[in-house]
Amino acid sequence: MIRVIAARELRGLFLSPLAWTLLAVNEALLAWVFIILVNDFQNTRGRLAALEHAPGVTDLVVAPLLRVAAWGVLLLTPVLTMRLFSEERRAGTIDLLLSAPVSASQIVLGKYLGVLAFLLSAVALMALMPLALMAGATLDGGRVLAGLLGLGLLAASCAAAGLYLSSLTAQPIVAATATFGLLLAFWIVDLGAAQGTASALFGYLSLPRHSDALLLGLVRSEDVAYYLLFSVAFLGLTIRRLDNLRLRG
Amino acid sequence: MAWVNDHFHPIALRMPMPVESVMTGETLVAVEGLSRRHGQTQAVDAVSFTLKRGQILGFLGLNGAGKSTTMRLLAGVLAPDAGRILINGTDLLDQPRQAKQAIGYLPEQPPLYRELTVDEQLRYSAGLHGLDRAASHRSVARAKIRCGLANVGRRLIGNLSKGYRQRVGIAQALLHDPPVLILDEPTVGLDPIQTREMRALVRELGQERGVILSTHLLPEVQATCSHVQIMRSGRLVFAGALAELRQQRQSACLRIGLNAPPPVADLARLPAVTQIENLGGGQFRLHHAAGAAPTQTLLDQARANGWELWELTPERASLEQIFVELTLGRETAE
Repeated sequence: MIRVIAARELRGLFLSPLAWTLLAVNEALLAWVFIILVNDFQNTRGRLAALEHAPGVTDLVVAPLLRVAAWGVLLLTPVLTMRLFSEERRAGTIDLLLSAPVSASQIVLGKYLGVLAFLLSAVALMALMPLALMAGATLDGGRVLAGLLGLGLLAASCAAAGLYLSSLTAQPIVAATATFGLLLAFWIVDLGAAQGTASALFGYLSLPRHSDALLLGLVRSEDVAYYLLFSVAFLGLTIRRLDNLRLRG
Repeated sequence: MAWVNDHFHPIALRMPMPVESVMTGETLVAVEGLSRRHGQTQAVDAVSFTLKRGQILGFLGLNGAGKSTTMRLLAGVLAPDAGRILINGTDLLDQPRQAKQAIGYLPEQPPLYRELTVDEQLRYSAGLHGLDRAASHRSVARAKIRCGLANVGRRLIGNLSKGYRQRVGIAQALLHDPPVLILDEPTVGLDPIQTREMRALVRELGQERGVILSTHLLPEVQATCSHVQIMRSGRLVFAGALAELRQQRQSACLRIGLNAPPPVADLARLPAVTQIENLGGGQFRLHHAAGAAPTQTLLDQARANGWELWELTPERASLEQIFVELTLGRETAE
């Protein structure tokens, strides 16, 4: 059941020009950043060679690219998730799901996995660029993988939040705005913490901060747990919301 | 596409049904004390009824009478505030997934994805109802033939006419071969020929299933249904076989014209007469009890007493009139 729902969700995304446009814009902008990073690296390579423990291509190209890609996820997710439930409610197609012999958790998981598959394919597409460097340079494979894991976990968290907010309204654009606002809030919540003026809690809550260690190749269970908890919490809220929809109508 | 193709031919394409599946009389839906509020209004108020296999039950009522809400409750899309719904012996609230497997539901707006083709939509719906690939293939092909969709499998739903979408909606409700069909206003927006064919299809489907359909059109019920339930502001105001509703309209009156009328009191002594209206010019309207028109006695007395009868017309409240009276809440016959 979950597979059926996820497959339709993914198919629906690829049938709309929106998803293709998002992929293209995201890829084009990241490619531009990638070219600039590679260019800078080329220009500074001579000077770097003189240093002892000089930062390599993984430090100077891959890690900054993944950092920018995180912003891409922030911009991409609200537009991708806004239609998940709100469009179904607006068009009345949610009746098909609600009257079918499937549970609320199956519906939510199906939709989530569908949109997550799309986001992960965007991440994979982006990952081709740094991987292309392997043709001419040696990459720190472990660090690249850890960085990609971080980006994937970040995408999974954003998608879960977007899914929940989409279930709250029948207007996709409202869902997108709310999702963007919420994610941005989690993005900048550590601004004060960075300056040492706020509690460390704010720093802990920050979404992108938990992928910093991963970008350094450090896979800490604390960071992975944060992303998983974030996702599970919003998925749980969505399931509750769907059950409430039946009660409130 | 020629317009002939735009209509389906249920008789020519009728599928042979296995004989053992045709069992009448078994209770498929049992509803007790169903209630549901929408904010301040009581949308459905303590509604109880049963549906047996082989019955086509028409929910009749004005817009906003609670028909759609009842249908949504039956399909498990809404949860009731109170009451019990048994579908094929399974409690819809306790075991929703098992109960829903026995229901085919067509909401007012067919729940279709505009960006999918007819085939994709039907295969998706089959998958949602747990049909595996092979079973899905078979049942999609069967439902398409049954609903006259064989030629449009590859067309996008967004480009289909309203009539076709309605048919895709019905086909979708049939895919998993449910014993109970719930159709919310299945003929709205169809042209007269499509309407006729849709009714024929519903009658045919009702032979081996239990069908509940809602409508605000009385002719729809007359043309399709075996049983009728009339709803008014959330309550059932009439429930019974269509024949019973017809019987109710026999409680009507006789219009008579006499050249030499006797005193009104003499007419009032006729059997079963409940009320007399003097229309002037020797004409009277005799109200009488249901199914007991005093026609023969009246004729005998008119001849014996020389009343000179020149008009005798049974006046029946039409089904339409009864419907209006029941739905607007007035008591029977003026």
